[in-house]
Amino acid sequence: MRYVFAVAGKELRAYFHSPIAYLVMTVYAGLCGFFFYSFTATYVMQSFRMQAMGGMGAPPMSLNEYIIRPLLAGVLTVVLLLLVPLITMRLYAEEKRSGTIELLLTSPLTDLQIILGKFLGALALYAVLIAVTFFYIGILFVYGNPNAKPLLAQILGLLLYGAALLALGMWFSTFTKNQIVAGVIAFAVFLLLFVLDWVTAYSTGTAGRVISYMSLTTHFDNFAKGVIDLSDVVFYFSVTFMGIFLTARSVEALKGRA
Amino acid sequence: MIEVAGLTKRYGPTLAVSDVSFEVQKGEVLGFLGPNGAGKTTTMRVITGYLAPSEGRIRVAGYDVVDEPLEAKRRTGYLPETPPVYPDMTVTEYLAFVARIKGVGRREIKKRIEEVSEKCAVTDVQRRQIGKLSKGYRQRVGLAQALIHNPDVLILDEPTAGLDPKQIIETRELIKGLAGQHTVVLSTHILPEVSKTCQRVLVINTGKIVASGTPEELTQRLQGYETVLLTVEGPAAEIMDKLQRVSGVNVVEPREAADSRVTFEVHAEKGRDVRAELARAVVESQWKLLELKTSGLSLEDIFLKLTTKDLSEESAAKDLPSALGSDLDEKSPASEN
Repeated sequence: MRYVFAVAGKELRAYFHSPIAYLVMTVYAGLCGFFFYSFTATYVMQSFRMQAMGGMGAPPMSLNEYIIRPLLAGVLTVVLLLLVPLITMRLYAEEKRSGTIELLLTSPLTDLQIILGKFLGALALYAVLIAVTFFYIGILFVYGNPNAKPLLAQILGLLLYGAALLALGMWFSTFTKNQIVAGVIAFAVFLLLFVLDWVTAYSTGTAGRVISYMSLTTHFDNFAKGVIDLSDVVFYFSVTFMGIFLTARSVEALKGRA
Repeated sequence: MIEVAGLTKRYGPTLAVSDVSFEVQKGEVLGFLGPNGAGKTTTMRVITGYLAPSEGRIRVAGYDVVDEPLEAKRRTGYLPETPPVYPDMTVTEYLAFVARIKGVGRREIKKRIEEVSEKCAVTDVQRRQIGKLSKGYRQRVGLAQALIHNPDVLILDEPTAGLDPKQIIETRELIKGLAGQHTVVLSTHILPEVSKTCQRVLVINTGKIVASGTPEELTQRLQGYETVLLTVEGPAAEIMDKLQRVSGVNVVEPREAADSRVTFEVHAEKGRDVRAELARAVVESQWKLLELKTSGLSLEDIFLKLTTKDLSEESAAKDLPSALGSDLDEKSPASEN
């Protein structure tokens, strides 16, 4: 609907009129670049060593296995965990603080249209970040010969992962007028969910498996390998939907409805 | 145009608005008067659809605000106490955004922005970021936003708050000009504003309506006597005595004294204009009459009278909700969100 796009456009414009977009992009690009360099340097070194030792008849080291996958699954998922709160923290908190939420809620558009608009605006900024990632990966294609097939899955995975984080972050943003608090809550929750994955790495019992399933990062592993597993897709969709649903309930509470 | 019936709003245990009912006719300008925390803003927020009522039915332009919110909101323009502006946008960008979410057709938007900017005198700052504008300009942009979709109903919460005297006059003129084409409800603490811009007044205190009527009706109903202020140069005691003896005069009280000038406040019987007799009394005795004016019960006095615990019998008898008498003893102040 037009209204959704109107709100999305406003959010995107707001991001780029403030330091946030540039800050997030810089930090992301910086970290991405650093790790990209680090993995690539290691790869190059190891490649040379293997060659020097006569190769041992082994096939050349896979660029995908040694650079792309660790970068995406290992590093970027964590980096995004930390950066998404910066994107989502202002979505509702700032509107509440400045009183502009009164404008939105007294205008002829539904709560859901507002929520989707905000979500889309944040997703658009997030998409810019993903584009940065693939700039680096693009370099590999210029100089090397990595397998292009997993790319589709990887892009999809990153988008779904981001959507889930953004939806949850948006929900946290409705809790308070203070952006910082909203950001910290999101950050804390995401960190907790991430740590859960670590902690359960060593436990094999059912409890361990259940908790590990809840971690937002584990479901990305398949995507990173190039595998689109329906259960992972459903997982991310569910979390996204849940975030949006909870945001809607939170907004209703704001208005004083049951 | 606006029908409010039995509006009640609770925040948990606190009763912010209690059983408020009133109607506003098409083209009317209604003023909400009341102390802070009386429930004015809460009532307005319910009418505009921002808050949901705990009880009651509210209709705007024929649409129920709870059942058909989109239709009602399409026809309502709202300026909250703090103009809901985005500081990072320019005035034009902001008005364009508001126009879009209020349903103004794409082809109309540019034209409406021009019209409304001119009406609210913000054309010379159209390209500036709102965050960089002064409070007066921001308020006007807020007003522009309320008008941009040409709504039937305008709800203005303290529209002249924080403006300088010149801007206040301009804004009041603007609001007066809106009457007729639009139905306006405005809330204010500034009492002269009510008598200058509003045709009818609703006085609200602790969530209930305590009086309603035209400013003149209220003044008439509550004033028990006529008041005249005189400044005379001469012997104070003698003057007081002489004035007391003028027929129709009940009370003479000295108010101020400086050198040999004294200002007296004279209370006369209701309906009697004793100014001529007072003047004659002073001049006959060869004293200097420096100033003479009527001092009606100001709206301020009405306001204070109605909103403090000692309500005069007259106002209690007239059109007040019957529950008022017993509730006067309750101490619980309403709180606004």
